[in-house]
Amino acid sequence: MAIATRRHADTQTIPVSFTLNGRLQEIDVEPHELLLDMVRDRLGLTGAKRSCDVEVCGACTLLVDGRPVSACTTLAFEVRGRSVMTIEGLADNGKLHPLQESFIEHGGFQCGYCTPGMILASKALLDENPNPSEAELKHFMHGNICRCTGYKKIIESIMAAAKKMRAK
Amino acid sequence: MLRRFRLEEPESVAEASELLGRFGDTAKVYAGGTELLLAMKEGLVQYERLINGKKIGLNQVSADNGTLKIGALCTHHELENSVLLQQRLPALVKLEQNVANVRVRQAGTIGGNLCFAEPHADPGTLLMALGATMVADKGASKREILADNFFVDAYETSLAADEVLTEIRVPTPGANRKCAYLKFGYLERPSVGVAIALSLNGVVSDVRIAVGCAGPAPKRVAEAETLLNGKSKDEVSRNLAQAGAIAAKASQAISDLHGAQDYKEHIVGVLLKRAFQAAVS
Repeated sequence: MAIATRRHADTQTIPVSFTLNGRLQEIDVEPHELLLDMVRDRLGLTGAKRSCDVEVCGACTLLVDGRPVSACTTLAFEVRGRSVMTIEGLADNGKLHPLQESFIEHGGFQCGYCTPGMILASKALLDENPNPSEAELKHFMHGNICRCTGYKKIIESIMAAAKKMRAK
Repeated sequence: MLRRFRLEEPESVAEASELLGRFGDTAKVYAGGTELLLAMKEGLVQYERLINGKKIGLNQVSADNGTLKIGALCTHHELENSVLLQQRLPALVKLEQNVANVRVRQAGTIGGNLCFAEPHADPGTLLMALGATMVADKGASKREILADNFFVDAYETSLAADEVLTEIRVPTPGANRKCAYLKFGYLERPSVGVAIALSLNGVVSDVRIAVGCAGPAPKRVAEAETLLNGKSKDEVSRNLAQAGAIAAKASQAISDLHGAQDYKEHIVGVLLKRAFQAAVS
């Protein structure tokens, strides 16, 4: 099967050096590779999920330089020189982030498929606005969809985490 | 799943224009990718090359001699946070705060939005009401295209094959200039968008009305404007229903997932009334 797997002669590769969950990562990508595929299939971090595949649902959310992006529709080379955080990088040496703790305490998930995206998006919100109103929270998070209809507990989880983080 | 393509990364407008001229329909300018990559993933369009515009710069907002200059590669997020726009053009800031969702605003650019010309997009409609122009640049030469003339059809603009949209120019609204953009929809993308700009000096004058999203491309509605020009606020309020009916027809609304034709036409009328009230209040 050598022929089928051999790379095309003029395959273009782009060296990408970036910070992944706090560690330097170097990898060669092709222009058409998507960030989600690189992170899940090549780097083995499967927390981010492919769901709608059209930037609507938020299940593939990653933080790039602290801001949420849809990894399903971001080209992998775009993270050159940037800092990428996946859900796997959020806990600090095994100690869960207050948002993670809060989602557990308040039952902020059912099936869990949307949860990595929910937590990363809300981290971005709380990093720039530690004391959001519920309206501000809903505006920021409206692009993260939960089909178990757990929004009430998700909002409770984020608000409780915000309170805990402000108290620190 | 994306098909393989080559990436070109020009560092000047001239270089980008040259690549577009050389590779023609097989190449496309790539900015935020929020629209283009979706179409490519679906296999609706296919390119051998993408020309990454982001090494050229073009992501500044500045004010110059009564004109606000918006770099085409400003992201929606950059525009909603632009202090200059918050002071001089709050209607555009409000629009940008409500484009799609936080992730699309992070990656998507205003220039990409305009050039892709997806019918269910917000900025073109407001820019038309604001009397904006688009700078079509080849590096060696450039021209300005009035927003009214920029959109040709769904997914089609009046940019020539080797022209790059580099800047959007908006006349800075004066103290008496009022403007508003309102949209309605129940999906991620809007079903209808309506923009109005007018001067208020005792009477209403220099009205500009544009409608978008309902049909294939944003449209300026001069016939509705004449019904409101030179009238008092009360007279305008009485004429708004008729102006709305004219705007609804001009929108060339089509029935699709975002609503039936008559439904969208009705919403155009409702939004025009509300946009006028929002602008003058």
